[in-house]
Amino acid sequence: MTYTAWILVTASLVGISCGIVGVFLILRKMAMMADAISHTVLLGIVMAYLLTHSLSGIHMVIGAAITGIITTFLVQWFHSKGVGQDASIGVVFTTLFAIGVILIATKVGNAHLDVQHALMGEISFVPWNTIFVPVLGEIPLATLMLLVVLVVVILVIGLFYKEWKLTTFDPSLAASIGIPVLGMHYLFMTLVSITTVASFDAVGAIMVVAMLITPAASAYLWTDKLLVMIGLSASFGVISAIMGYYFALWIDTSISGSMAFATGVIFLISFICSPRHGLLSKTFGTEGQVPRPSLPRD
Amino acid sequence: MSILLSSNFQWVLLSTLLLGIAAGLVGCLAYWKKQSLMSDALSHAALPGVVLIFLLFQVKDLFVLMIGASISALLGAFCIMLIKSTTRITEDTAMGMILAVFFGGGIVLLTLVNKTSTGNQAGLNNFIFGQAASMVSSDVMTMSILAIAVIFIVVIGFKEWKLFLFDPNFAKGLNLSIKGMNIIYLLILVLTVVVGIQAVGVILMSALLIIPPVSARYWTHSFKTMMWLSGIFGGISGAVGTTISALGVGLPTGPFIVVTSGSIFLVSLFLGIKKGLIVESMMLRNKRKEVYEQMVANSIVKEGNS
Repeated sequence: MTYTAWILVTASLVGISCGIVGVFLILRKMAMMADAISHTVLLGIVMAYLLTHSLSGIHMVIGAAITGIITTFLVQWFHSKGVGQDASIGVVFTTLFAIGVILIATKVGNAHLDVQHALMGEISFVPWNTIFVPVLGEIPLATLMLLVVLVVVILVIGLFYKEWKLTTFDPSLAASIGIPVLGMHYLFMTLVSITTVASFDAVGAIMVVAMLITPAASAYLWTDKLLVMIGLSASFGVISAIMGYYFALWIDTSISGSMAFATGVIFLISFICSPRHGLLSKTFGTEGQVPRPSLPRD
Repeated sequence: MSILLSSNFQWVLLSTLLLGIAAGLVGCLAYWKKQSLMSDALSHAALPGVVLIFLLFQVKDLFVLMIGASISALLGAFCIMLIKSTTRITEDTAMGMILAVFFGGGIVLLTLVNKTSTGNQAGLNNFIFGQAASMVSSDVMTMSILAIAVIFIVVIGFKEWKLFLFDPNFAKGLNLSIKGMNIIYLLILVLTVVVGIQAVGVILMSALLIIPPVSARYWTHSFKTMMWLSGIFGGISGAVGTTISALGVGLPTGPFIVVTSGSIFLVSLFLGIKKGLIVESMMLRNKRKEVYEQMVANSIVKEGNS
């Protein structure tokens, strides 16, 4: 495959996996946790680098998963000690992120790992760093990682689809019939962390927040059905990734930044044109005024 | 060490001290409005404004850049409120979205600026993680004056803020406009955020508003004391963080300020005299002992009676 094709494939994989995870994120009202985890993942990567002195995929994923769980645990713990949910998120992620930045600035700053790269990602370097895989042939490492993560995300969500739905929409019912709600919460946050770290190389820590939240929020304006919402969110993710890439090429600027911006454009279109929740239908339409349940169902 | 004695450094130190105090005070208001993360969204949303103003006017005067930052942060706040009030999307999702999309837009513009020769020297990159060392005396003046203004607004209106936060209905009865207070609150929040963006950076500025109030909460149950403590903690974090980053070469200031306030938080978490973990566990143990003794005493009485 050509250079551009690899970039587009990588970006689309980011769009799909973030899109799927994002739907559950916003329905569980955990959007700001994604922001927190995407920041603290940096510390996990730096720690993994300090311990192993390599930037190979698997160490980074393990480091990120561990920091993701630590972040989730700390936020829960402070919350149980009487700090408000948003304040405890704010305390935990800013501190851990600051430690990560300081470690990079003082100890490990080198050509392979710098703050700029960690924050913005550099998708244009992705196709150069390839690895040989038996069936697929020579493919970029970041793409392979994203592929594996996507399969894991689809497996975990698909296998326990009913349980995810139940814990998302009615946690108390789920708890009463014996589903481990807290365990599912931690499992989900682990999924968020590995998705974040796999997307890290391509779009960077902060842009991944845009990819996680915005396509899902746009999809939420179009449909009430969970499966449709997942499909829409993943497609919005892919569309904004591709749009963002070509826009960045056109005016010659940061690719990840313009991808994040593209998700915003898609949201704006949804915000104006959505059939039932959009600005246009609210201003002019008389149809669809029938009150509907506010939660998606299928 | 000699850098610590230079007068330029001492001015910078003063301005980050004032900034820390202002952020601690305003952070208290945000804490009780349960809007701690709003400051995170606002500070990220300020980035495109800074860069756009630079692109349009090619000036590097902090005051002018701050105007741009304020406008785009306010625009971000407006978008969050619009999304929250007109759709079923929740506030936290709206905040995350605005934060990431605005920041993405800011990065797009920043990359463009860095490609031009004048832009590359302007050091706009410092706005991401903060670089107190890059501040010139006019920046220090602007920062200090605005920080003092914020402190002044919070302190003179203390009674009104208290009513606004804890008993808005009573405040209404006193003819205090809640809507007006909300606007002033949003304005000083935005002002604090943009004052800090050069020294602390857009990514970590929110920490200075979030962490000091949370730490102060462990030491007291009184709102007034909490305000003062939060201001003091903020001030210490600003000053210590700036000093540490000045000792090294090219170290970003923001992360050090945040780690300092994080350490204050950890100390408060364990040692805080009102809600700290150690005090709580001691109280729990005393209570247990008391209950146990009571039970023993009761059973003795019972046995005596039978």
